Amino acid sequence: MTRALSTLRRYTPARVALPSTGVSLATSEVLAFQLAHAQARDAVHVPLHLPSLALRLQQEAGVSTVLQLTTAAQDRAQYLRNPGLGRKLSDASRTQLVRGSYDLTIVVADGLSALAIERHAVETLAALLPMLAEWALAPIVLLTQARVAVGDEIGEALGAKCSLVLIGERPGLSSADSLGAYLTWDPCVGKTDADRNCISNIRDGGLEPKAAAEKIFWYLQEARRLGLSGTGLKDGGIVELLNR
Amino acid sequence: MQLQHTIGGITYGFRDLKDLLAKATPLRSGDELAGVAASSAVERAAAQMTLADLPLRIFVEEALVPYEEDEVTRLIADSHDPAAFAPVSSLTVGGFRDWLLSDEATGDLLSGLASGLTPEMAAAVSKLMRVQDLVAAARKIRVVSRFRTTIGLAGRLSTRLQPNHPTDDVVGIAASILDGLLLGSGDAVIGINPATDNVETTATLLRLIDAVRERYAIPTQSCVLAHVTTQMAAIQRGAPLDLVFQSVAGTEKANTSFGITLAMLDEAHAMVRELGRGGENLMYFETGQGSALSADAHHGMDQQTCEARAYAVARRYKPLLVNTVVGFIGPEYLYDGKQILRAGLEDHFCGKLLGLPMGCDVCYTNHAEADQDDMDTLLTMLGAAGVNYIMGVPGADDVMLQYQSTSFHDALYLRPVLGLKPAPEFEAWLAGNHAARLAEASPLHLTAGGGA
Repeated sequence: MTRALSTLRRYTPARVALPSTGVSLATSEVLAFQLAHAQARDAVHVPLHLPSLALRLQQEAGVSTVLQLTTAAQDRAQYLRNPGLGRKLSDASRTQLVRGSYDLTIVVADGLSALAIERHAVETLAALLPMLAEWALAPIVLLTQARVAVGDEIGEALGAKCSLVLIGERPGLSSADSLGAYLTWDPCVGKTDADRNCISNIRDGGLEPKAAAEKIFWYLQEARRLGLSGTGLKDGGIVELLNR
Repeated sequence: MQLQHTIGGITYGFRDLKDLLAKATPLRSGDELAGVAASSAVERAAAQMTLADLPLRIFVEEALVPYEEDEVTRLIADSHDPAAFAPVSSLTVGGFRDWLLSDEATGDLLSGLASGLTPEMAAAVSKLMRVQDLVAAARKIRVVSRFRTTIGLAGRLSTRLQPNHPTDDVVGIAASILDGLLLGSGDAVIGINPATDNVETTATLLRLIDAVRERYAIPTQSCVLAHVTTQMAAIQRGAPLDLVFQSVAGTEKANTSFGITLAMLDEAHAMVRELGRGGENLMYFETGQGSALSADAHHGMDQQTCEARAYAVARRYKPLLVNTVVGFIGPEYLYDGKQILRAGLEDHFCGKLLGLPMGCDVCYTNHAEADQDDMDTLLTMLGAAGVNYIMGVPGADDVMLQYQSTSFHDALYLRPVLGLKPAPEFEAWLAGNHAARLAEASPLHLTAGGGA
């Protein structure tokens, strides 16, 4: 290996400049990879504990009222096999939502990594919430066994103009705790991915929670200004193109 | 036509063509999720026997999704070439399998057939094939595409260098590009998935690849896999874009969920042609079983049939590269290594049969029941099947998209095992002075000037 190559790892978290034997990877790297895979596999199955999350939101982000809800997926196995159940509220949870006049509903959900919520959701909200003084916020919803689209049903039921879903992304080998933020204007059942904007990779070594909050706030303001979200909302140039 | 088969005195009937196709499909979790899978192993066998006896031409006569409702159906019907179909028009689906595997079906004959075959025909016959059949038939078909490199020649295996970074950091991406190039990766394309879909980032990353390519005279292509509309905006800002990328699916409704229409792809294609940076092959598409169902846009079809229909969208644009991202979507569609293996080989076969320059992202996620052993198996079988290209991700770990694909080292394993070489232009470059010069560079050299 040349001198330049051996320093590559300084510049990226990617697995560059790996030790090898012949064209194959060296034993140390093969075993390190297997361990990382084992850790990511385990992360998928760690449960999110809502009461302690609610407590931390109160203490660290000043959130006084939350709703702790469940989806139609009863357990992890069902959740993994049948994503549709994670996009729907349970019958008991649906009755807890009261329609109001809100600008924004924020949903915090485990997704595929409860670790992401435990490590980054509170910090992200602590940075974001002070920016939202001019937004009428619905009570923050905490949710387990959830997928992104459940924010549509919640936003519709609450009568919110916009939904923001903070959710654990599928664990990667180097990052089992990556958080995603999905913004949907005019949330209602039937919205598709093309109707959303996503800020992903919120974690240590990815997008820092404070920077993520600023980015989310920018998207929220733009969504409100344009009255839309999704592929029509881009930072720069795209709107003009679509309107030609 | 009666769609039924009797086994041991019990008659198994099927409602319509798409019901039959779905029930004839080898078991996978996505079809179970959609509620279209066979309810027993014997029902599946009966469906396959029924399907084997159907005339191939039935797929020209009957649309699975109504012509009036779906622009992909209209594309398939309107672009079907009866003259090209003629040599096999009298065969049954089972007879077509026998013919594909016979000595009579040479590579040249199969290439001439492509425009006469519909995606549904390809899907149907693949459901009667074992994985060795999918390898043996696909291996005969060479689909060669060209830009600065020639991809898909016999005895060649190319790679897409995929240097993703969680925050699109230019120096970090350059480090992965450098590592990959020095390990012989990147002759299909240097293709970056941006963490955030953004015109400025897209343009910046395109300038980075272009500067490196020019400085070291690398025969390859650039691509940033943002949404097609973002890339169009980047073109308008003068970004040096070689290939337009887009994910595509097999129904109009699924494509709508991706935020695209055929008209939009037509417009992007016209824009990239106007740039005049390459020849005929200027597009790059990705697909994957399950995308239609995940958008609730499958119209009751099984996921593999939907996938084959996506290839009709892709072939309209004579792309340089098409690959299925086979294990990316998750265990609700392909549950484990066994299901991913078969799906990867089905997609490669169907794509090649329909005339596409097929590659494959051999991959899995951490919530699927799969591991590196499964990837090695699929990788090796795809190599045997003559796949045009695979991915090259540092250490197989995509630190932005959070999944495992194939590594630079995986291609280095496969080439000598199967006697394969990179694209000829790239092979020559690797042996020359420019590559030697690159070995002394650092990521900071790569990003100085043009890139950042």
